[in-house]
Amino acid sequence: MDTGSREIEVNLTVNGKKVTVTCPANTRLLDLLRDYLHLTGTKEGCGIGECGACTVIMDGKAVNSCLVLAGSADGSEIITIEGMEKDGKLHPIQEAFVRNNAIQCGFCTPGMVMSAKALLDANPDPTEEEIKIGISGNLCRCTGYKQIVDAIKEAAEVLRRRTA
Amino acid sequence: MQGGAVITAEAMKSCDREPVVSQMPGEAIPEGQRSDGRYCVVNKPVPRVDAYEKVTGRAKYAADIYFPNMLYGKVLRSRYSHARILSVDTSAAEAMPGVYCVLTAKDLPGEQSWSTYLFLAGDEVRYTGDAIAMVAAETPQIAEEAIRAIKVEYEPLPGVYSIEEALAEGALQVQDYAPGNIVRNTHWPVRKGNVEEGFAKSDVIIEREYRTQYIEHAYIEPEAAVVVPNPVDGSVTVYGSLQNPFMTRRAVAVALGTQIGKVHVIQQTLGGSFGGKEEVMGLMCGRAAVMAVKTGRPVKMVNTREESFLESAKRHPFRLRYKVGATRDGKIQAFEAELVDEGGAYNSQAQFMNWRACVHTTGCYEIPNVKVDVYAVHTNKVYGGAMRGYSSPQVIFGQESLMDELAEALGMDPVELRLKNAFRPGSVTATGHKLEGQSVPLVDLIKRVLDETDFFAVRERYRKEREEAAQSTGAPEGRLRKGIGLAASFRGCGLGAESPDATGAFVAVMDDGSVLIRSGLTDNGQGLSTAHAQIVAEELGVKIEDIVYQRVDTSSIPDGGMTVASRGTFTGGRAMLGAAREVKKALFEVAARMLECDPEDLTSAEGIIFVKGDPSRSITFKEVANRAFWSGREVSKLFWFIPPDLPWDRPTGQGPAFPTYAYACVVAEVQVDMETGAVDVLKVTAGHDVGMAINPALAKGQIYGGIAMGMGMAIMEEVEFSDGDILNPNFDEYIIPTSMDVPEAKPILYESDDPVGPFRAKSLGEGAMECVAAAIANAVADATGRRIRELPLNLERVLLGKSLKRGKGGASK
Ligand code: FES
Ligand code: FES
Repeated sequence: MDTGSREIEVNLTVNGKKVTVTCPANTRLLDLLRDYLHLTGTKEGCGIGECGACTVIMDGKAVNSCLVLAGSADGSEIITIEGMEKDGKLHPIQEAFVRNNAIQCGFCTPGMVMSAKALLDANPDPTEEEIKIGISGNLCRCTGYKQIVDAIKEAAEVLRRRTA
Repeated sequence: MQGGAVITAEAMKSCDREPVVSQMPGEAIPEGQRSDGRYCVVNKPVPRVDAYEKVTGRAKYAADIYFPNMLYGKVLRSRYSHARILSVDTSAAEAMPGVYCVLTAKDLPGEQSWSTYLFLAGDEVRYTGDAIAMVAAETPQIAEEAIRAIKVEYEPLPGVYSIEEALAEGALQVQDYAPGNIVRNTHWPVRKGNVEEGFAKSDVIIEREYRTQYIEHAYIEPEAAVVVPNPVDGSVTVYGSLQNPFMTRRAVAVALGTQIGKVHVIQQTLGGSFGGKEEVMGLMCGRAAVMAVKTGRPVKMVNTREESFLESAKRHPFRLRYKVGATRDGKIQAFEAELVDEGGAYNSQAQFMNWRACVHTTGCYEIPNVKVDVYAVHTNKVYGGAMRGYSSPQVIFGQESLMDELAEALGMDPVELRLKNAFRPGSVTATGHKLEGQSVPLVDLIKRVLDETDFFAVRERYRKEREEAAQSTGAPEGRLRKGIGLAASFRGCGLGAESPDATGAFVAVMDDGSVLIRSGLTDNGQGLSTAHAQIVAEELGVKIEDIVYQRVDTSSIPDGGMTVASRGTFTGGRAMLGAAREVKKALFEVAARMLECDPEDLTSAEGIIFVKGDPSRSITFKEVANRAFWSGREVSKLFWFIPPDLPWDRPTGQGPAFPTYAYACVVAEVQVDMETGAVDVLKVTAGHDVGMAINPALAKGQIYGGIAMGMGMAIMEEVEFSDGDILNPNFDEYIIPTSMDVPEAKPILYESDDPVGPFRAKSLGEGAMECVAAAIANAVADATGRRIRELPLNLERVLLGKSLKRGKGGASK
C-alpha cells in the first residue's frame, strides 16, 4: 500500500504534446490520462484487460491502458481518441463509424476506433476475418459488431485510396 | 411573393409532400399507403445526432465529470448472503487522513430504503450486494483503504438459494412481508375458456418444464454518479448514468428526507443500460447525495465491474411448466402454464415483469382455452430487474420450444403448426383482446422469413448432410452437425395496461429557426434522441441539423415515466409529434399572413414553408420563426400524450393488454460439434414488424445488437452462484459475445400499416432480442435430435443433456 503513495514523475508524449505528470507509483496509464490529463475519451469498463474500452496506442501498438502502469509508459508516445481528429476534421475511421451507424451508446467507441487504427496502420487491406480478430479484444454490448466491421472495412478503403 | 426562398429540387424530389401521413392515435391511414419516398427525414438512415460527440470521445459519461473539491465515495458490501450484523466498528476508518465521512444505517437522514432496496443495511443483510457502510474520501484509493479498515461482526444465517428452496414447506422467509417467499403483488392469472374441456377434446397432450438462467446486463459502462450539494437551499444536483432520471430523483429525495423538487437530476450520456441502470442507480445516487450533503462537497461514485455485478439487477431466471393439448389437425385446444421467476432478495420489478409474462405466455397463437399463473419468489440472491425484453425472452424460449415439441408429438411440421394457430386480423388473444384496428401481419411475416432463408430447402439439406456424415464416418451421428430452427413472437407496444403510459415532450422554436426539443424519456444509446429529432423535423418540415436535443433534466420537463418497454419511440414519439403539430399550427398562421394565403394551403419541407402545388410562393422557416417570436406568438409547446385507458380484469387476466403489438420471426442456423458439445451459431435471420422504421440504420443496429445479446443468452451467458455468492463477476469469466462469436446476421424490416404509433412506428428495441435464444434452441434440437430444456446451451448440456454444476438440476446435487 505504501508503494502506492510514493510519488513518481512520468514524462510522455500524448497526442503529440510533451507532458510531465507527478502521480503515485501505482497509478495506471488509464488514470493518468483520465484523472490527471482529463482526457476522458478513454474509458474503463472492466479494469482487468478484458473489455478494450481503455484501448490507446502506445508506441504504435494498441494497449489496454488499464494494464499499463503509468511509470512504465515513461518516455513513450501515446495516441488517444482525442488525438484522432486533425484540424477539426474527423479521421477517416471516425467518419466511417458515423456513416455506418457503428455507434450506439458509444462507450466502446473510442477503444474500437483506436484498435481499428492500430489494425489499419499495420495492415491496410485486412480481410473481414482480420478485422474481426483486430477488434476481438473490444467488447460491445449494443451493436452486435456488424456495423463496426462494415465501418472499418470502408475506412480501410478510404485510407488506401488516399495513399494510392 | 415573400422572401424568395428557394425550394431545392432535392426537397421536391425527396419528399412528395402530399399526402403526408403523420396521424395521431385513432386516425385512419388511407388503405395501402406505404412510406416509400414520402418522407424527408423519417424513414431515412440519417446519422445519429450524437455520433460526432461519441466518436471523438467528447461525450460526457457520468464518470467523466470532475468538480473542484470533489470527494470519492465507496461502499462496504456484505461478506455473506444472509447474516445478522452484530456490530460495525468504523473508528479506524474515520481516523484515516483524507477520510471525510464514514456512515452506517443509523446515520441516514431520510428513509433507510427506497422501494424495498436498502441504502444501507442495519441489522440484517439478505444478499451479498447489501451495503453496510459508506465512505467519502479525498481519493478513490483512500476511500478503498478506509472501507477495508471497517470491522463488521456477522452472525451468518442459513439462506434460500433456488426457486425450489423458496417454495419448500417451512422454508425460511427472506422477507417478513412476503409469506411463502412469494414476492408481493406478483401473481398474475389468466383464465380464458375452460382448459379441462380443451384437454378432453385434444388428441395429443404433452407436459414440459424449461428453465432459464440469471443474466447480467453487461453494459460496458459501469454505473457512475456525481452529486453536487447546494449549501444555500439544501438542494442537490445529480449527474449520473441513469436510465430513469425521475425514479432516481425519487430515490434521492427519499434518502435525503427532502422534497422531490429539491433534487435536480441531469442524465449524462449513457453507456448502455438495457433496463439495468435503475434500482442500482437510485441506491448509488441516494448514497452519494447523503455523503455530499454531509460533507458539503461534491461526491463521485463509480462502480468497479465487480461491484456492478454484485449489486446491479439481473435478468430473472424462470421455471416454465406447461401442459398443452391439440387435435390431430394441429389446432391447439388448451394451454396451461405455471411460470415462476426468481426475484432475489428485494422487490425486483417482478410485479410488472410477470404481468407482461402472463399476457405473452401462450405466444402469438390463438388458443380457445387458457389457464396461466405467474408469480415470483424471493431468495437470498441479487434481485431481478428489467432487462431488454423484460420477461419475454425467457417466456418465448419455453413456449417456442414447446411448439416444436408439440409438433413432434403430433408428427407435424413445426412451421405448419405455427401457421395453423398464428394470430390473424380478428384473432382473440389469451387475454381476450380481439385484434382489430391494428396491423397483424404475422402470417405474412413468417412466410417472408421462410422465403428469405429458404427454410425448407436448407432444413432438408442439413438433414441429408447429417445422414451422409453418419454413414461415411460409421458413427451413429456425424461429428459436426448443422441444424435450423425458427421462433415467432408478438410483443405488446409500450406499457399497455401495466401502468400509466402517458408522457410529455417539449418543442420550442427559436427566433433563429432552430428547434429545441426535450423529452422525459432517455436516450440509452438506442438512438432515441435521433428518432425524436427525426419525428419533429419531419413534422415541422425542417432539416434534422436544425433540431437541438437536450438530455433529460428533471427540472426542465415533467416526469414522463420510465424509458422502458420500448416506449421511447412508440409513446415518447407521439408526444413529440403532438408538440410539433401545435407549434407548426402557430407558425403556419404567421406564414399564411406573410404569404397572403390560408394556413391550410401551406406545407413545409427542408426549412421552407410554401403553398401546396405552388412552391414559388414560399418563405423560409427561419423568417417565419423570427416573425412569430417577435410578434409574441407561442412557438414553444409542452405536449402531454395520454393513451386511451386499457381496462384489465385481474382475477381472470382478461382485457385489451396493449394498444397494438409488434410481431417477429427469427430463423437460426447452427453447427454443433458432437464431440465437444460446442454450438456455433452460423446465421440468424430476424424479421421484425416495425410498422415503419423511423430510422432504418438505427433499426438494423437494434436488430444486430439484439441478435448478439440473444445469442449470448442462448449459448454463453450465465451468472454463476455458489449459494448467494457470484462466482464470475467480471468479463474474464462472464463471457459475452465478441466480434469473433457473432453469427452472420440478416435483419428484415417488415413494414405494416398500423394506425397507432407515430408515423406508424411500432416498438423494436426489446423485440429485437426476444426470439433469438428460442430460435437457436430449436436449431440445436434440429441438429442434434436432442431437446435441451435449460439455458444456456453450454458444452455440458449439449453433450450430456445436463449441467454438472450444483443446484442447476445437474447430476451432482
Ligand atoms: S478497462 Fe481496460 S480492458 Fe477493460
Ligand atoms: S456502442 Fe454501446 S458498447 Fe458499443
